[in-house]
Amino acid sequence: MSKLVVATTSLAGCFGCHMSLLDIDERILDLIELVEFNKSPINDIKTFTKQCDIGLIEGGCCNSENIHVLKDFRKNCKILVSLGECAIMGGLPALRNGIPIEECLAEAYLDGPTVKGNIHKILPNDKELPMLLDKVYPCHEVVKIDYYLPGCPPRADLIWDVLVALVTGDEMKLPYEVVKFD
Amino acid sequence: MNSTVQQIINTYKKDRFRLMDMLIDFQEELGFISKETVKDLADQLDISTVDVEQTLSFYHFFTTEPTGKYTVYLNDSVVAKMMGQEEVAKAFEEELGCNFGQVCEDNLIGLFATSDIGMNDQEPAALINNVPFTKLTPFRVRELVADMRAGKTVYEMYTEGYGGGNNKSVLVRSMVANHIRRIGPVLLNDCSPGDAIKKIVQITPEAVIEEVKASKIRGRGGAGFPTGLKWEFCRAAVEKERYIFCNADEGEPGTFKDRVLLTECPEMIFEGMVIGGYAIGAKKGILYLRYEYKYLGKFLNDVLFRMRGNNLLGENIAGLEGFNFDIRIQFGAGAYVCGEESALIESTEGKRGEPRDRPPFPVERGYLDKPTVINNVETLATVVKIINKGSEWYSALGTNDSTGSKLLSISGDCRFPGVYEVEWGFSIDDMLGMVGATEVQAVQVGGPSGALIGPDEFSRTISYADLATGGAMIIFGEQRDLLKDVVLNFMDFFIEESCGSCSTCRNFPVILRRTLKRIIDGKGIRKDIDDMEEWGQIPRVSRCGLGQTCTNPILTSIKNFRHLYEDLVDKDEDYVSEFDLSTAVQESCDFVGRIPNI
Ligand SMILES: Cc1cc2nc3c(=O)[nH]c(=O)nc-3n(C[C@H](O)[C@H](O)[C@H](O)COP(=O)(O)O)c2cc1C
Ligand code: SF4
Ligand code: SF4
Repeated sequence: MSKLVVATTSLAGCFGCHMSLLDIDERILDLIELVEFNKSPINDIKTFTKQCDIGLIEGGCCNSENIHVLKDFRKNCKILVSLGECAIMGGLPALRNGIPIEECLAEAYLDGPTVKGNIHKILPNDKELPMLLDKVYPCHEVVKIDYYLPGCPPRADLIWDVLVALVTGDEMKLPYEVVKFD
Repeated sequence: MNSTVQQIINTYKKDRFRLMDMLIDFQEELGFISKETVKDLADQLDISTVDVEQTLSFYHFFTTEPTGKYTVYLNDSVVAKMMGQEEVAKAFEEELGCNFGQVCEDNLIGLFATSDIGMNDQEPAALINNVPFTKLTPFRVRELVADMRAGKTVYEMYTEGYGGGNNKSVLVRSMVANHIRRIGPVLLNDCSPGDAIKKIVQITPEAVIEEVKASKIRGRGGAGFPTGLKWEFCRAAVEKERYIFCNADEGEPGTFKDRVLLTECPEMIFEGMVIGGYAIGAKKGILYLRYEYKYLGKFLNDVLFRMRGNNLLGENIAGLEGFNFDIRIQFGAGAYVCGEESALIESTEGKRGEPRDRPPFPVERGYLDKPTVINNVETLATVVKIINKGSEWYSALGTNDSTGSKLLSISGDCRFPGVYEVEWGFSIDDMLGMVGATEVQAVQVGGPSGALIGPDEFSRTISYADLATGGAMIIFGEQRDLLKDVVLNFMDFFIEESCGSCSTCRNFPVILRRTLKRIIDGKGIRKDIDDMEEWGQIPRVSRCGLGQTCTNPILTSIKNFRHLYEDLVDKDEDYVSEFDLSTAVQESCDFVGRIPNI
């Protein structure tokens, strides 16, 4: 059996979900027997070099770059999994969704208590920068997501089980204890 | 401090449990409740301002800004819209040159929308300074606006004359019509006030409970709990200070039969409370009356006054030494969820109307944590007939599992909307014939929390075993767009009225409404229908009946009218996104001053 190709990314997340993936500890060695990693922060491959089987998405979408990356993943992966609360529902970053974007930007760059020295009242507007979205979107509102793995972050064992299930094609058990957080 | 504020606080003896009453009086006397008033109130009651604000912010009819010398609340329920509410709303806006949600002409007139006001048989209807104006037309709106500008009192603004029965009493003076179209055992005027009280003082409270149990009457407020059993549980409580409530919150869109009972048979309702009070051993009764029925307040208080004069309330009632019982009226302030029994108790204690966890049930720990019975208006009125004419007579009516009769509030597309009393076991087909409804597409049985049924099911009968209902029946003709005009409006209602405690009830209706809108807009896919069916089950785990039934409009319409959904969705697509990058970045780019480069 040829190895399944896996890609991962962190959008508007805290990298906690990726850290949890690394928490599978020495099983990472078993994992690389089963799968091959393509574009991912784990191996630092920055662009897709081939069509992948599985894409693991951490984090929701808060800016235009997230959108492009996510769409790119959809194009290049057969199966997409929303990994963790942020990808599934927006998570902590989505707390800003009830606050007008102007207020958020003003707090961060103009009036906030930690703003020091921005005497010219400059707001980040270089065209090289990603553009902020009006709110933080869960991934499934932007592209089709095939599976959702709850948790903040999902525990290492669970991520392991998902990858094994996707590799072997077996149905995966999601007991109450693992979904109760959300 | 403002002397009015002080006076009101003194009237209620600085009792924090009477916070609702104080806020209602402030709203009425001052037109709104300011920060200063909140602060004064908190100081005087020795509670924090947050305690006051949380109650204040919960109820629809409390405002922190002036709402105008004339405050117009126009009902926006389904049936109001079917009967021309949109033209009426437009006429108000055009005539005044302002929109709903605004106060105009130098604080003269405020325009606001409100949920169902219990006038479904005479829509479009509005409350102006708490007085109902029904069957509105754009023409009437122009007249009303002219009258308001001329400074007339609301009573001078009536041109239609007063409605029938007690609606014309000087203490009511309303144009509301009763529309009693069919009387039965409960509405039949065949007993004198006080007869049942005179009868019960001859027997023990236990014997009263036995009689009620033998009649097999079940609660008419919707849940259908056996009334005798409820009373027995309460009587069995160790705690001796007990209360009985009459639930006159009647907030389910489409029901108005309690309004008619309150107008025409108030003595009977209060008599039912006295009987219940005797049976459970309560000394105090409270009628929780929805704010929308404020116009009946003086009249009902007068009935209580007269009952005291006739020794049917007060001390040593009907000559029985030591039988003391009195009733007061507690107004709500616009919140459907306060009809839920534990929310009703919270509200009466001056708090937000958030349902409590149950158990403990109110019969163990209710008002002020004392054993409390809560019964619907119709239940209590019916009990009086049962005592007067005997449980045997009563249980012979209706069907085996549903004895007696039921008052139906029937509205929508039919010739004779109104209140009909029928024996349980009546079929929907017969009902449609009775009210003159033809070419019927669907009937909403039991209001938004009930079920939307189609012609296939019109042979079903009204009974606890088949179609259980609190009595609201809304009829939709062939011409109606069920998804857009009915289901969507009902979802709006639940979203507006959820108290917000449970995430299931706070979030899922919003998610499902969005999916429904997408389908209505022609952008839905087949999976949306399946998702709605599946996700619609989740709120069943919510704390109270509101959340447990809030997805019923969607679930029952998918079940019985699936084709309406299927006709609208794209059957080949398996995913659609409503996300649009250029729209999503517009706001932030505008603010930082850059041209979006997509
Ligand atoms: C959201 C909600 C609203 C309710 N509204 C009313 C109401 O307006 N009137 C009523 O009698 N019961 C209402 N109920 C039912 C009450 O909780 C309670 O069951 C009823 O008043 C008991 O009286 P009964 O046994 O005489 O029917 C409501 C329940 C829920 C969950
Ligand atoms: S789900 Fe939790 S761990 Fe994962 S990215 Fe979000 S915040 Fe971090
Ligand atoms: S179900 Fe809804 S209305 Fe009832 S307690 Fe929960 S949030 Fe409040």
